[in-house]
Amino acid sequence: MPKASSKKTEKNIEELSYEEALAELEQIVSALENEQSQLEEAIKLFERGQALAERCGVLLEAAGLKVKQVVGEDIIDFEGESE
Amino acid sequence: MQPSLFPAPIPSTYTVSKLTFHLRKLLEEDEVLQDVWVQGEISNLSRPASGHIYFTLKDANASLKCVMWKASAARLNLPLRDGMAIEVHGKIGVYEPQGQYQLYADQIRAVGEGALYQEFMRLKAMLEAEGLFDSDRKKNIPELPHKIGIVTSATGAALRDMLNTLRRRLPLAEVILAPSPVQGVDAPPALVKAINILDDKQLAVIIIARGGGSIEDLWAFNDERVVRAVADAMTPIISGVGHETDFTLCDFAADLRAPTPTAAAELATQITILDLQAEVQTYKARLASSINSLIAEQKKLLSALSAQLRYLSPTRLIQSERQRVDELSRRAFMSVAYRVNLQKKYLEGTQKRLEALSPLAVLARGYAVVTRKDDGIVVSHVAQASDVMQVRVSDGEFEVRK
Repeated sequence: MPKASSKKTEKNIEELSYEEALAELEQIVSALENEQSQLEEAIKLFERGQALAERCGVLLEAAGLKVKQVVGEDIIDFEGESE
Repeated sequence: MQPSLFPAPIPSTYTVSKLTFHLRKLLEEDEVLQDVWVQGEISNLSRPASGHIYFTLKDANASLKCVMWKASAARLNLPLRDGMAIEVHGKIGVYEPQGQYQLYADQIRAVGEGALYQEFMRLKAMLEAEGLFDSDRKKNIPELPHKIGIVTSATGAALRDMLNTLRRRLPLAEVILAPSPVQGVDAPPALVKAINILDDKQLAVIIIARGGGSIEDLWAFNDERVVRAVADAMTPIISGVGHETDFTLCDFAADLRAPTPTAAAELATQITILDLQAEVQTYKARLASSINSLIAEQKKLLSALSAQLRYLSPTRLIQSERQRVDELSRRAFMSVAYRVNLQKKYLEGTQKRLEALSPLAVLARGYAVVTRKDDGIVVSHVAQASDVMQVRVSDGEFEVRK
């Protein structure tokens, strides 16, 4: 839905998590594929989609496994990993 | 009665071979001796180049020669050494050249395994009958987990292997480790607690794992409490205990059994970062192709419109307008000419009427106009007559005196 996506457009791409970015990218692609959007609107969506794809790529590139550990009631970073 | 040197009846004499054959037959026809487990300690272990294994099994009071042929020896996964307590399965036979009965071994296991195995089978049958292992209880393993729980020893190689695997395959994930001893009497309650803690943490999947070991080492994963905790967990559980050939009851209770901890980490991450990267690439391509086709569509629309525009071009309109202007100006001219003509005719008529009324015409019939000389007033009454008056006739004027 163009209206939902234009609402989301207000969110700053740099702040999106991978899942959020991918979900919006998915939505934009299917909107572009399935809906008759105005050219201007479509180009805006396209640019947003490109930025989202970049964001996803960067996040994948930079991802590092987070390892935490349950200690009693708490969850703390796990540091017992010896190489 | 005459005593005899050979008291009758004379028993027949066996040759050594015949006797040995007889003994062998007796032993080999005995069902117990042909399918037997024997427990003892290894001594005189010998492994010649032939690949067969020879040893003596003994306890405090007796010993038994044993041989294990190469084919069985190859399947042996227990490192043998002198003094080791083992249980050997096989059949009793006779090695005739030495008059020696011996055990032809085909399986060897550590002492205690037999009892454990019995217990394993009993528990398995019981829990199976309860439906704990039913396939309709199995939950689906998510393909792309955000949070992965791990229950294992914090210090084992299994954890390191799993973390390396997860790091390589899905570094986006978050791992929450609930460390627990994985062997010994403390292990089962600790494993149960760890499973329960992680089960409350809204994780996508939990891996319960341990590296390889003997059946005793893995025994905690056959503990009824642990098996029930695995079966009852709300979170999907993957078990990865021991090696490929090890099966524990946890494996049966888990939603998915992995042959090793590393394999469990792989099964927990069916979608890897490579898949995700490919997915992003696919989206990029779809994005580009959809915008390109939209633009192509727009171009097509545009060229159709401009063709239409050419058809509707003002040139045509201008031509037709020009024609219309011509037409109008022709009609304007005509109507003006008509009116001019009309005016002309009217003028002519008026002129004629004017002529008819002209005083000149009256003068021509013999009338005259008399005016006073001094002030030019027309004299139409006698009283108006002055001394000198001017008389106008049709062709000129003259003065008259009163």
